[in-house]
Amino acid sequence: MEETVSFHLNGNPVELKTDTGQTLLWVIRNHFGLTGTKYGCGMGYCGSCTVLVDNEAVRSCSLPVRDVAGKKIVTIEGLSVKGKLHPLQKAFIEHDALQCGYCTPGMIMNAAGFLAKNPSPTVDQIKQGMEDNLCRCGAHVRIVEAVHSAASEMKGGM
Amino acid sequence: MKNESSDNKILSSPAIKHGMRRRDFFKILGGGIIVFFMPLPEINLSSATAEQRRGLPKDYNAFLKIGEDGTVTCYTGKIEMGQGIVTSLPQMMADELNVPLEKVKIIMGDTDLCPWDMGTWGSLSTRVFGPSMRAAAAEAKGVLLELGAEKLNVPVSQLEVRDGIVVDTKNSSNKVSYSELAKGQRIEKHLESKPTLEEYSKFTFVGKSYNRADARLKVTGEAKYAGDMKLPGMVFARILRPPSHGAKLTSADTSAAEKVPGTTIIRDGDLIAALNENRDKADEALTKIKAEYSFDELRVNDKTVKEWMLAADSDVRIERTEGDMEVGRKMSDKIFESVFSDPYLAHTPIEPHTALAGFESDKLTVWASTQSPFGLKDELVSELGMPAEKVRVITPFVGGGFGGKSANQQGVEAGKLAKLSGKPVMVAWTRDEEFFYDSFHPAGVIKVNSGIDKEGLIKFWDYNIYFSGTRGSETIYNVPNVKATSHSQKRGGPKVHPFATGAWRAPNANTNTFAREVQIDIMASAAGIDPLDFRLRNLKDEKMIACLKSVADKFGYVPGKSPSGRGIGIACGSDAGTWVAEIAEVKVDLKTGEVKVIRIACSQDMGLCVNPEGATIQMEGCLTMGLGYTFTEELSFEGGNIKDRGFDTYQIPRFSWLPKMETVILDRKDQAPQGGGEPAIVAVGAVVANAIFDATGARLYRMPMTRERVLEAITKVQHTKK
Repeated sequence: MEETVSFHLNGNPVELKTDTGQTLLWVIRNHFGLTGTKYGCGMGYCGSCTVLVDNEAVRSCSLPVRDVAGKKIVTIEGLSVKGKLHPLQKAFIEHDALQCGYCTPGMIMNAAGFLAKNPSPTVDQIKQGMEDNLCRCGAHVRIVEAVHSAASEMKGGM
Repeated sequence: MKNESSDNKILSSPAIKHGMRRRDFFKILGGGIIVFFMPLPEINLSSATAEQRRGLPKDYNAFLKIGEDGTVTCYTGKIEMGQGIVTSLPQMMADELNVPLEKVKIIMGDTDLCPWDMGTWGSLSTRVFGPSMRAAAAEAKGVLLELGAEKLNVPVSQLEVRDGIVVDTKNSSNKVSYSELAKGQRIEKHLESKPTLEEYSKFTFVGKSYNRADARLKVTGEAKYAGDMKLPGMVFARILRPPSHGAKLTSADTSAAEKVPGTTIIRDGDLIAALNENRDKADEALTKIKAEYSFDELRVNDKTVKEWMLAADSDVRIERTEGDMEVGRKMSDKIFESVFSDPYLAHTPIEPHTALAGFESDKLTVWASTQSPFGLKDELVSELGMPAEKVRVITPFVGGGFGGKSANQQGVEAGKLAKLSGKPVMVAWTRDEEFFYDSFHPAGVIKVNSGIDKEGLIKFWDYNIYFSGTRGSETIYNVPNVKATSHSQKRGGPKVHPFATGAWRAPNANTNTFAREVQIDIMASAAGIDPLDFRLRNLKDEKMIACLKSVADKFGYVPGKSPSGRGIGIACGSDAGTWVAEIAEVKVDLKTGEVKVIRIACSQDMGLCVNPEGATIQMEGCLTMGLGYTFTEELSFEGGNIKDRGFDTYQIPRFSWLPKMETVILDRKDQAPQGGGEPAIVAVGAVVANAIFDATGARLYRMPMTRERVLEAITKVQHTKK
């Protein structure tokens, strides 16, 4: 059913009239043109579509847009502030924690949500926290290193 | 300088016919100096398949341009899918031309801008394409030096290039930049000479590690993949799919689907699609199409495929034969007969096949996730009956390929639907479609018979391949009596594979290396010889020996007869011109059959390594991805029905599987660069199987080595002991 739904997207209040059963993934990508959030499986199994909803990592492919009314959404495009990269983004570059790059935005957003809950994780906790995000190229070992180093940098205040 | 026109030659070249036309070059690209080149076929292509060799271009298939702003750009039909040539190819160009790395660009996979290329696979970009590109860069530098000599009024021998500036060595204030030299020029050259390897000590960029050139775009979400493209008025298409391969559509009722707001139904023969501006609505409309099918399927499934293949009528080909099997058998003290098997595997790139197609008047442009943009262009030309110059394929970033994106069905679907609907159409496969229409790694069976004498020397090797392909089936060991036979689909005979199969990262080599290296381990154990020592005794190949010794060193390998109870395995092999050796340590839970790889070391001889960081990442990627086919990946199917349609049942490697990884790249600066994106994956199955045997005495002959199969093998050993 067409309804108006409003929420915060990357710091800005937004409003749209739509069938609110539409998934957040396609709203972000097609209505707002933010294509950094990727479709990988549409079933919540791969994590490429991960965004932050009220600071928690959520799979946007399985979330009807009506469920985010009044909430704060952050996508990969909203992570860097005024062109200044987020420590996770910097760490992914420095550690070469990506290959084809398709799972990368989801990996970074999942890590951001995870670090918000656990700012000083051990390597094993990082692996656990990232477990359900899939990468086919095999960049895993670098991703763990990148998340670990970003965590230490963020502790020093980002 | 005289502009040596070779119009006739260029115009008759198939590369130009299918790609950009000569008269368009300067018009579209602006002035400067252009050098055309092609990868030379005499470069060792022994590990490329016959298909790939056939496809090699006969004419120029790339060119390099020094622009009027001094920028060096290479135009190539190759594409970037994660393997890192977007970084390594510019490194090579920058070195050859002595320009800063940031002055080098690469334009890839655009069929209007780039000349024809067969496709990006077989780890060919660096080893075959790279040297030719460097030679073209050297040619361009020659032209620039001649122009510089004229301008500075000194002989070429007195000139030197520093950071893109031609400098008079006797008077360093007498200098001119590449951009000044290229300005106003319309020079084209054609590389005729064979590439020669440049003295490696001269390299500035090659051999040094660089982070990925595309990293910033990829971490910010700015990198565009096919699905991120958008055209005004674009609609999403969801296409009606049969429930199984071999099913035929008998009837379809689209009336309910048509009622979904904004939906257009397109029907052209068996192609039925729901088009909607809104992706969810297209999804909804598709579910409302009622279709019926007739079925005519092969009576085979994932459990019976091994027997099915062994019983199938096949074309039999002797791949190689040396000595005499009977003589070898007589020389042997112990004889071993083993049967190995491997299942169908899916590629599962995280980006499914995607394409956007749109017309601008009568010209079709398709943005596609493909490893073969020119292949897609050819398909569009033939399927849509369009003239070649009216079809353009552009390849944005590709979200993983692994061989699977050599097939371009989604691009043709988008093109057809754009033509039929008159609208720009996005076809973005769902994960379900990606599984269903994948060109799977072929299942196969390998039978090996071999024998050793009392000294542990292999005396014969009788190797038989059933339907899984021959790449990587070389014996590699020094054996006097060798025979390799391959059984493949009989021409005109009943179909053996129930669905499409194709190249899967290091095609065939994973299956063949598994069979060979486990058989070697079986013999080493029976001979009571340490498996490293056994391999070294039977090897003459110096590259293989060096890799084994260096990996043993890296791992801190302590010799021991297997099964030692330690859980340490060894395996080695070669692929794409590169040699690899691996040692792994595993922990096996005897109660559950769960295997955890604790650590894995890998040593690699890849000739000159252009970007050590990039190559290391590829090795890590191979080792990680290899754990999937080793432990869990096996496509479930029943006839033409693919039962695995998602990541819930088809498990690929995850973070918790990560072993400690140690890699060595042997220093081979004086040798030609070889492939890096595939080799390290070939030995993963074998090294783990051999480590499981070392831990438990249980031998596994079938991949993947699931918990159940490991437990079954352990139980069998325990029963035999009792």
